[in-house]
Amino acid sequence: MSQQPASAYFLVDAPVRESKATLAILVDNEVGALARVVGLFAGRGYNIESLTVAETDHQKHTSRITIVTRGTPAIIEQIKAQLGRLIPVHRVVNLGVDKPGLEREMALVKVIGEGERRAEALRLSEVFRARVIDITHTSFIFELTGSPTKIDAFVDLLIPLGMVEFSRTGVVAIGRGVEAL
Amino acid sequence: MAEEQLTGAQIVVRALREQGVRHIFGYPGGAVLPIYDALFQQDAIEHILVRHEQGAAHAAEGYARSTGRAGVLLVTSGPGATNAVTGLTDAMMDSIPLVCITGQVPTHLIGTDAFQECDTVGITRACTKHNFLVKDVGELARVLHDAFHIATTGRPGPVVVDIPKDVQFKLGNYVGPAEIVHRRYQPRTHGDEARIAQAMALIAGARRPVFYTGGGVINAGPRASAALRELVRLTGIPITSTLMGLGAFPASGREWLGMLGMHGTYEANLAMNRCDVMINIGARFDDRVTGRLDKFSPGSKKIHVDIDPSSINKNVRVDVPILGDCAEVLEQMIDAWKSGFLQNDKPALLAWWAQIDTWRARRSLAYQKSVDTIKPQYAVERLYQLTRDRNSYITTEVGQHQMWAAQHYRFEEPNRWMTSGGLGTMGYGIPAAVGVQVAHPDALVIDIAGEASVQMTMQELSTAVQYRLPIKIFILNNEYMGMVRQWQELLHGGRYSQSYSEALPDFVKLAEAYGAKGIRARKPAELDAAIQQMIDHPGPVIFDCVVDKLENCYPMIPSGAAHDEMILPDATDGPGVTEAGKMLV
Repeated sequence: MSQQPASAYFLVDAPVRESKATLAILVDNEVGALARVVGLFAGRGYNIESLTVAETDHQKHTSRITIVTRGTPAIIEQIKAQLGRLIPVHRVVNLGVDKPGLEREMALVKVIGEGERRAEALRLSEVFRARVIDITHTSFIFELTGSPTKIDAFVDLLIPLGMVEFSRTGVVAIGRGVEAL
Repeated sequence: MAEEQLTGAQIVVRALREQGVRHIFGYPGGAVLPIYDALFQQDAIEHILVRHEQGAAHAAEGYARSTGRAGVLLVTSGPGATNAVTGLTDAMMDSIPLVCITGQVPTHLIGTDAFQECDTVGITRACTKHNFLVKDVGELARVLHDAFHIATTGRPGPVVVDIPKDVQFKLGNYVGPAEIVHRRYQPRTHGDEARIAQAMALIAGARRPVFYTGGGVINAGPRASAALRELVRLTGIPITSTLMGLGAFPASGREWLGMLGMHGTYEANLAMNRCDVMINIGARFDDRVTGRLDKFSPGSKKIHVDIDPSSINKNVRVDVPILGDCAEVLEQMIDAWKSGFLQNDKPALLAWWAQIDTWRARRSLAYQKSVDTIKPQYAVERLYQLTRDRNSYITTEVGQHQMWAAQHYRFEEPNRWMTSGGLGTMGYGIPAAVGVQVAHPDALVIDIAGEASVQMTMQELSTAVQYRLPIKIFILNNEYMGMVRQWQELLHGGRYSQSYSEALPDFVKLAEAYGAKGIRARKPAELDAAIQQMIDHPGPVIFDCVVDKLENCYPMIPSGAAHDEMILPDATDGPGVTEAGKMLV
């Protein structure tokens, strides 16, 4: 063999930057499956930025967990491998890396206020295409769907206009194109 | 054929029998009484009554490691389950196949803080490969067969099956192991051919190659050890092993460098440090092996064969990862070597061996002999010499004696060496020896122990006496928690905080109190005869080998140091430990 470089491990001396990863995890929908996944993150010191889970295939009893986490590429690989060791886990895909993905979140936002502030909140909701799902003389509840950054932007604008409560689902994600998980 | 209706307890016993289980280790209690009742009414499975559930787990580990089959334990709910946790964690860390059946309070009481209730699946989730709570008796047989499948395939590990008491009474259908389809857990065992070709080309082109093998070779069964021996013979490449892998390659082999790592030999660690191609077979780049990571074998290309994807690139980034079973991949490697008519770079390999011989000449395991006091290394050496021609199995506790055993007892075959590697569990040795002796009634089973560790599970001597298991507990008694004392000497200014074994029992009288035999040796001159007496005694023995109190275990790579920064036996001042190194364990 020709001239070989030293192992990759030792070439990467510069601090490796952490990045966000969105993992789609297909698991058997059984008691404790979510606890195994969450416990793995806690036990090995990985962090969870958001987590969503629901049964997606009633026939096969499988659920889909979407976890947004952060880490260096090596850590993300390790998280995937550790998840893969869990018996109820069928597949783990890093959306956006393994395949290009789409991310969406839904938020419910309660705003109270009167007069001009109230009108401004309603105008903003139209710009963001949020729906009003509850209304009183002094409050709105908006429903907004979109990318996490869109939701952040909406909420930032509503805080000075009397936002008092905010609930968001966390990210759900899916790969683009014809391929399925 | 009409499906048979059995009680849950009968299903447990039937499933164990059909899984080929002959012995189980356990301790009865309220929540497992129906299973004990079913055991009482049959002869196929022998139950070994331990004295503490931790002992049941370690005994099952010893049984598993010495036979290659799953070890089985049966404990009650609550404290029975929590006492087993140390053993389960130990098996998890060392990849030992165990099936642990725990009783649970009846289904309708779960969650009410009932008597002897604990959240067993919650507690054991992190220390098992998988666990089950069976609430439906109809699922019980399938779950038990699944438990054996999961415990023994892929990277082995412990599996807990938690069975509420009402489920043990209920009637349900039994299904046999052949009727179960394991759909979801099917680990890959066959290595990728292209990667193997790449690896073999690297090996053939290597100038300074070294094999670094681990417990995975043992876990993959005798086939893996045989293939490893053939591959080493074919290539003539030097080989070292982790603590867990001892015996896969014979210590008498020409290519054997001894164990590597924190207390490994000079030649093994320097070969790892200076090699240009490292071939890791079934080892996991543990911190006891790598030392300081950024100086770990800086100039080498690394090949890593492992069945667990999470072991690859976890601590050390490798160049050629190969997922698969060690036995299968080693055989594929041999095929690739032969069918490709590959050859080593012979002159380069000769020069590499010449270099290694200069390191060997350093004789890093040497120690000062004495006529007045028994040196612990000498005791292990004599024990080895007097037992080497016998059918012997060695277990250990954890500490200096464990390292001396690994260094000075020479293993020729796999499955002969049972030690707590990953978790480092003091108290492992006696119960593990019990388990080994149950599996191999005619063998000579010796627990090389320390006087501190051995007191953690001493009560299992009672088990040995009850079942006439002639285990030999060979205590290197230096009246200190030796490894703690050594670290305090080297790292903490000789302040021996709480590491002196105060108020020790008289081990000879202790043995006699249990109905075993006690033997003591104080002088090197009387050692051989005393060891012989121990071997010849047909029952269990405690051997109190009074050794040098302040002997240190060398060589040693201090925490945070690199492979080429070892403290050697006669060096008065080693490289020392950095402040950062002190933080490490």
